[in-house]
Amino acid sequence: MKTPLAAVTDLKVHFPIKKGILARTVGYVYAVDGISFDIMPGETVGIVGESGCGKTTAGMAMVQLTPITSGTVQWKGTDMAAMNRSGLRALRRQMQLIFQDPYSSLNPRMTVRQILSDPMDVHDMFTGRQRKERIDFLLDTVGLSPGQADLYPHEFSGGQRQRIGIARALALDPTLIIGDEPVSALDVSIQAQIINLLKRLKRDFNLSLIIISHDLAVVEYICDRIIVMYLGKIVEAADYASLYKDPKHPYTRTLMSAIPVPDPAHRTSRIILKGDVPTPINPPGGCRFHTRCPDRMDICDKQEPVMQRFGDRHTAACHLYTKKDAAPLSINPN
Amino acid sequence: MDKNTLKPVLSIDNLKTHFFSRKGVARAVDGVSFDLTPGEVTGIVGESGCGKSVTALSVMGLVPNPPGRVVDGKILFHQKNLLDLNIKELRKIRGAGIAMIFQEPMTSLNPVYTIGNQISEMFRLHKGYNKKQALDAAVDMLDRVQIPSPHKRVHEFPHQLSGGMRQRAMIAMAMSCDPEILIADEPTTALDVTVQAQILDLMHRLKDEFSTAIQLITHDLGVIAEMADQVVVMYAGQVVEQAGTRELFQHTLHPYTRGLLASIPVLGHRTRGMDEDLTEIKGMIPSLYDLPAGCRFSNRCPQVMDKCKTHLPELTEMGGGHRVRCWLHTKGTTL
Repeated sequence: MKTPLAAVTDLKVHFPIKKGILARTVGYVYAVDGISFDIMPGETVGIVGESGCGKTTAGMAMVQLTPITSGTVQWKGTDMAAMNRSGLRALRRQMQLIFQDPYSSLNPRMTVRQILSDPMDVHDMFTGRQRKERIDFLLDTVGLSPGQADLYPHEFSGGQRQRIGIARALALDPTLIIGDEPVSALDVSIQAQIINLLKRLKRDFNLSLIIISHDLAVVEYICDRIIVMYLGKIVEAADYASLYKDPKHPYTRTLMSAIPVPDPAHRTSRIILKGDVPTPINPPGGCRFHTRCPDRMDICDKQEPVMQRFGDRHTAACHLYTKKDAAPLSINPN
Repeated sequence: MDKNTLKPVLSIDNLKTHFFSRKGVARAVDGVSFDLTPGEVTGIVGESGCGKSVTALSVMGLVPNPPGRVVDGKILFHQKNLLDLNIKELRKIRGAGIAMIFQEPMTSLNPVYTIGNQISEMFRLHKGYNKKQALDAAVDMLDRVQIPSPHKRVHEFPHQLSGGMRQRAMIAMAMSCDPEILIADEPTTALDVTVQAQILDLMHRLKDEFSTAIQLITHDLGVIAEMADQVVVMYAGQVVEQAGTRELFQHTLHPYTRGLLASIPVLGHRTRGMDEDLTEIKGMIPSLYDLPAGCRFSNRCPQVMDKCKTHLPELTEMGGGHRVRCWLHTKGTTL
């Protein structure tokens, strides 16, 4: 078996809630509460879920941009927490980020050339004559013209700005790019352009991608593997085809049925959940989805379901399948 | 219901709303016409800058002036042109006759007043209820939009409610005076999908219950397919296609509408091997200050002809209420 590019094991990120003048910790936000998954070289993994499910925190914890409470993130077999600053800096060259809002993630006072040069200066790469070549190459790769290098972000449209963001992420020849809702702020026709661009870049540069998104349909188009999160936990993980053909977890099913299909002949009865996502400060006991689950049973609020394997690469944590056609799995769903 | 016997409750006729700035004139809405019918959802789709929201703001008389101004056209509500009314007359219609809900409920609710206070204001203002009656009515409205324990919630502030709950409270406020028209501007865009499903379901039921005419503005063709009876597709300030929902999705005529439909990622399509890559519309939306001379979609259209670059096509009736603005379809009657 190949070694994974990154391996996340039982990752927990809890944020303390501080109150009063002494800033005493009165509780925790259980943003990510024990998740495990692997990313293989060249693989695209999608993390989906609703707001507050911990998908962004999980992505940030992977690049050590948020402190980890417990668990490990390994990069090619080495624990990232054990690395020193310079080790981490060298590693960050290989992992880059793309953000949701192309308006706020680019410095308005810098030209595109400066924006793209910044990471190269930090890592002392592509110096001297190579710099211009590199910038021309990057702009060309993301579908902008090298002649636009000396313009400022406000001179571009939303879709073009997202292309600049992607060019910046590509600047240092990374192995992994994490995109946090990379297309959700864009118009539909532009969204398709960016999705296709990401797919092309992944092929051309043999990149690994993590796409964090609330949109299952977008994720299906880009990703090889999809992880569904709910309130800090992974509820289901599978290859895209397996997930869409045979979703196991009631939450995945609900999420799929809630997406409006652009075909009026298709107005089917949807599963409509009651209520909102509970707060991650005080998540429900047992299965965290039990308060809203359409298939709720007696056991669900008492005992937390364990991850179970269905076939080769499909796992889900739900009591519906306890003692049935699946073998229980200890820690790692991969 | 027989659609032909229903008179439209609102008719927008050749509406032009332009914005005047140092950069020139932005023709945000440039000759838009459509009707709203009681008990029907009219979906307005388009991308940012197509004029869908400005159309709604023009109806409500909320276009910021300066820089914006309605320069031409009529908005007929019960044979009365809303554009001729003074601010006092317009205020009577706003809220009572035509209500509006917005995308982000947190910014449209006042954070320093309780939900109950804000909803009861509607009853006190438009129906002359006293404080007690108005608060009871507010509780009743919260119950109708399925907010759990409305007696308790009515005394809460907007920040104490979740996003979905806030949007319900907005809907309760909008529906409180039983308006004939509800304008919903991207009502579910800021919400999670499972909550979006709840809100759409709620709007559907309220529409049947109150037989309200709903103008649903969205960029999401999925929401349109789910909700709308009639669809108006807008591009760069103009209506490019207009039809019944089924007709529009099954016999799409305009290349822009077709492009839009092909560019949406549809759940399950890749899995079923229907398409590996998404079809994209090349280029980008033109600036409203610098519109193409002919058809406004001509610089992005995959089927562009010479004529398109110089002459703007008219909106043409193709039969059965299906109208399209495209040189490929000119056999019908020009409007």
